[in-house]
Amino acid sequence: MAVRNPIYSALALLITLFHVAGLYVTLHAEFLAAVQIIVYAGAILVLYLFVVMLLNLRQDIRYHRQWPMAAAVGVTLVIETVILAAMKGWTAPVVATGTETIVGETGNTEAIGDVLFSTYLFPFEVASLILLVAMIGAIILAKKDIGEREA
Amino acid sequence: MTELSLRLAVSIAQILAELGIVIITVATMTYFERKVLGWMQDRMGPMEVGPYGVLQPVADGIKLFFKEDITPAGANKAMFALAPILTVIVAMIGFAVIPFGPNMTMDIFGITVKPFVVADINIGILYILAVASIGAFGIILGGWSSNSKYSLLGGLRAAAQVISYELNVGLAIVGVLLLAGSLSLVDITEAQAGGFWHWFIWGARPDGFFPIHTQIFAFVVFIISAVAETNRIPFDLPEAESELVAGFFTEYSGMRFAFFVSAEYASMTLVSCVAASLFLGGWNAPYPGTIFEYVGLEQLAWIEHIAWFAAKVYFFLFMFVWIRATLPRLRYDQLMRFGWKVMLPIALANIIITAITVYFFPRG
Repeated sequence: MAVRNPIYSALALLITLFHVAGLYVTLHAEFLAAVQIIVYAGAILVLYLFVVMLLNLRQDIRYHRQWPMAAAVGVTLVIETVILAAMKGWTAPVVATGTETIVGETGNTEAIGDVLFSTYLFPFEVASLILLVAMIGAIILAKKDIGEREA
Repeated sequence: MTELSLRLAVSIAQILAELGIVIITVATMTYFERKVLGWMQDRMGPMEVGPYGVLQPVADGIKLFFKEDITPAGANKAMFALAPILTVIVAMIGFAVIPFGPNMTMDIFGITVKPFVVADINIGILYILAVASIGAFGIILGGWSSNSKYSLLGGLRAAAQVISYELNVGLAIVGVLLLAGSLSLVDITEAQAGGFWHWFIWGARPDGFFPIHTQIFAFVVFIISAVAETNRIPFDLPEAESELVAGFFTEYSGMRFAFFVSAEYASMTLVSCVAASLFLGGWNAPYPGTIFEYVGLEQLAWIEHIAWFAAKVYFFLFMFVWIRATLPRLRYDQLMRFGWKVMLPIALANIIITAITVYFFPRG
């Protein structure tokens, strides 16, 4: 049952990303859900598909060895789901904590903006700097010949 | 009947009504485009079916429905069938958050309904961007699964083009979001009430008429990028007839072909609705209030609002056809250079300037 074509793997990733967005929606984080789809499904995965189609990888025998591992992970997840479903109602429902109340008052987009530009400002700026460095690195790798021509 | 099933029934009725309007608009557009192109090129356009050819969309629909449905040899059958369905669905579901009439509520059997917007969610505009970005998958998969070199090239071009221009669309609307302070299309439209100079294309503050927060640069970037994202001339590289036969849908026939074409018209209508809501005040008239209110018919004001919204949307749709009749197709490197080196800097500069002016001259 192994997937023979990398395109199918990319589409499976698309479906997984949609499920992650769905999880965000159930957590009342609609902003994150929309951004998840725009960034990952709409931009990054399109680039993946672009590369896979450009190289036109018809078949890759390497991936076929993964199925015992995939089966092990899949069976574990199914057992976990069954146990969780059976345990439903054993614990008291989680009451809304402080964060959830704030999010309910101001809307989750404002809440994310507040937190991102106050509490987590430093990690946020560091992450953007890391992305900038990666971008400059990619440009230097792609434009290797510019320096050689000038020298 | 429980409250939940009643809510479900009302929602489904609303969805079906809106879907009907969209499908009728798409059918009208196929006729409208051929007719306007004909007049612009000094021809008559369709004249055979019905008076002035008005039944042409019906004839086209029947013809496409009865055409043989061909799947090319060596095509990936599942993906070949999935691609047109995916394209047409994502083109249709974007309309769920478009407010095409005033933000009023109605009581139906004790349930409060907003009759002119299916879902007023607080991330409306992000939802449309997300849906539009998924639309690229249908085109890419259709091109790849056809087992044809022309289709594959069309699909690859679509992938690169959609990613480049989606970015510009997203950045162009940031200025509008700064002015409105909300992501909901209903709130954005309501923030533009009060007449022509309060539309975000001019961006006068609620207490004045000086267009200090003007978004006209964002508007131009948005419109050009929207034309590129819907694969219309002069950015129709994914389906360039003179190079790629018909691009990503070369191998499609019958209803599957019709799905791709109606998806293109539906996404044209969608971006026209978004442009009207974001920049041209949506259902707001270019004068304060409505004429029906002045003559004492407040309960009929919604007719005037919907008429203004429809007029703005059809203005944009006419512009799409007008551009098609006027401009030749760009070369591929011109398309990429224009997107990244001209549109992107303008959109970024607009965000910075709007942020500064909103900081120093806050809105209300």
